[in-house]
Amino acid sequence: MNNARANILARLWTAISPDDLAPFESSVAGSALELSRTERVARLKQRMEAMHAEVVITSANGWIDALKATLRQRLLNGLLYAPDTALGKALAAVWDSDLPPLVGYTETIEQCKERLFAIDASITSTQGGLADVGALILWPDSDEPRLMSLAPALHIAVLDAAKIHDSLAQAIAHEHWREKMPTNILLISGPSKTADIELVLTFGVHGPKELIVLILDG
Amino acid sequence: MANSSVVDFPKNFTKALNDPQLRHNLRSAMDTLGMRRRTLFSDPVSFEQLRATGDEIRQRALRQLPELLEKLEKKCTENGIQVHWAETPAEANQICLEIIQRHNAHRVIKGKSMVSEEMHLNHFLAEHDVEALETDLGEYIIQLDHETPSHIIVPAIHKNRDQIARLFHDKIPNTPYTEVVEELNAIARKVLREKFLAGEVGVSGVNFAVAETGTLCLVENEGNGRMCTTAPPVHIAVMGLEKVVERLDDVPPLLRLLTGSATGQLITTYFNMITSPRKAGEKDGPKEVHLVLLDNGRSKIWADPELRQTLKCIRCGACLNHCPVYTRLGGHAYGYVYPGPIGSILTPQIEGLVNAGAMATASTFCGACEEVCPVKIPITDILRRLRNESYQKVDTPHAVKGHGYKLSVIESLTWKGWALNNMMPWANALSAKLLGLLSAQLPRLPKVGLLKYWGQSRTLPKFAARSLHALAKEKGLRDE
Ligand code: SF4
Repeated sequence: MNNARANILARLWTAISPDDLAPFESSVAGSALELSRTERVARLKQRMEAMHAEVVITSANGWIDALKATLRQRLLNGLLYAPDTALGKALAAVWDSDLPPLVGYTETIEQCKERLFAIDASITSTQGGLADVGALILWPDSDEPRLMSLAPALHIAVLDAAKIHDSLAQAIAHEHWREKMPTNILLISGPSKTADIELVLTFGVHGPKELIVLILDG
Repeated sequence: MANSSVVDFPKNFTKALNDPQLRHNLRSAMDTLGMRRRTLFSDPVSFEQLRATGDEIRQRALRQLPELLEKLEKKCTENGIQVHWAETPAEANQICLEIIQRHNAHRVIKGKSMVSEEMHLNHFLAEHDVEALETDLGEYIIQLDHETPSHIIVPAIHKNRDQIARLFHDKIPNTPYTEVVEELNAIARKVLREKFLAGEVGVSGVNFAVAETGTLCLVENEGNGRMCTTAPPVHIAVMGLEKVVERLDDVPPLLRLLTGSATGQLITTYFNMITSPRKAGEKDGPKEVHLVLLDNGRSKIWADPELRQTLKCIRCGACLNHCPVYTRLGGHAYGYVYPGPIGSILTPQIEGLVNAGAMATASTFCGACEEVCPVKIPITDILRRLRNESYQKVDTPHAVKGHGYKLSVIESLTWKGWALNNMMPWANALSAKLLGLLSAQLPRLPKVGLLKYWGQSRTLPKFAARSLHALAKEKGLRDE
């Protein structure tokens, strides 16, 4: 198949015109949004709620209680969590026996696929948020693998209000994404949905049916 | 069915137009999509600015195409993504099959990908004992019914809930008949969950590939794309080679334009950026990621500065939703994978004018597609070019395959006569007079020859008693 590569590139390089090589003047100026922290939190909340996410504004001290209260309202067979993260350790330290048991994502997918897909809920941290469109940024890693935010029917995400950016462009620039792209980055704006049948919007088609966002503000 | 033979357009059109159910399903869906898009881009000034940005990003990427492809390959390779090049769909299919066979896999799960439709990948894999299951709900529905997508964003939009209810009831074992959309979704969720668990290789498309970081970007709402690119041990991404962009900074405006134009969404549920296979210590994600770059005529299209604009397309589907022809016919009547305005300019260039040139005639030249296109593709200019080249043998290296296929001796004589007639005022005056006189006896054009066909669905015009030239002169207008 090496021929294909050589042939395609040869065709392109031969056909390149002097115009293509001339400097390209950009005529377009980007218009940047400038929001305060309060505005960012409010906008993200409003946008994500419009996409059927449940958004709870809480605090660094109060979020675990808020989480417990939410979990007690539901019947769940377990909560998938990342035992080695600060968030995971904080949970494990104060977990109560009447809550759905914490289940660590400690094995590779090959070893735990069936169990992983059978668990009702998960909790993850987030890398940040996007105010203008209302979305979470996740950088899954070895502690918080990619399927945590996808396989369970309920995904709970913890977001630090200080890490909400105005926009994706701003997140990319401020956090220098170009220099350190991880294996996978996800933007998530709500629970899984589809409108493939008569454009009727329904939630929870393949991924989570519910998304709860706990914003730690103060 | 989409294939590479000549499509019987008039027959398909008549069939589609006489299907009231299809017309009703389409009409309401297209109106809704159009309305949602207008609501999102309600401020014309900022929309125009965003569109100018999108156009510029795509132009800049295309100008540097060979360089960016080399860069993308280099970056992906550094990241551990294996890059493959294919000149034809057959080669691309073969590449996918070899990867699948190397892993002894027989169950492939697929996210939505128009390029894989262009390759007829599912069909090819089935011939080699590999089941390729579509997991996007719309794609799943039409696959159950052995159909192809009728729209590039909402592939099953030609079907209504009753039709889907019947289909699920007939084709999925132990499924009760239900027309409740939520229940239909739940049925699909259950079936497909099993498949996600069992899938051995995941196949997806690519919305944008970022050259500077070697990142593949995928846009979706359902999560099935994430499943296909995360759960199985192998991920194959197939992409048309024009999908590359230069920088990570190019992604945000294009993403906004894509989701806004396609479904009127500020952002989709998921935006998935994949930069490498699973790294040591990571617990999920594919251990191998392959990127298949498909040419299939694109490098030839690229060589022509006007036709190249076709390749700016980000496959948002807005031109379909706003096209008076598409909204009445649906996608299947076009007979090829890409329908609507984008299909009408892209397909004849890929398949050649002899096979698909008729698609360029499926336009009223109303320009609605151009008005909504988020990257400002001059769709009507390209349509005109394709129509012209259908009638002309062109002596340039970039002529569209099959140029001049409609050329006939009679037509060229007619046009020569017409040109002569208009260059010599006396001949024009004489012929106009003759026609005017004739019209007393013959109020309409006779239904003979080509006019017979043209007149099948139209009312033939009457001759005017006095010519336009004469009327213009009378009004004192310049008449050349
Ligand atoms: S031609 Fe323009 S409007 Fe049509 S699908 Fe492509 S980008 Fe969208």
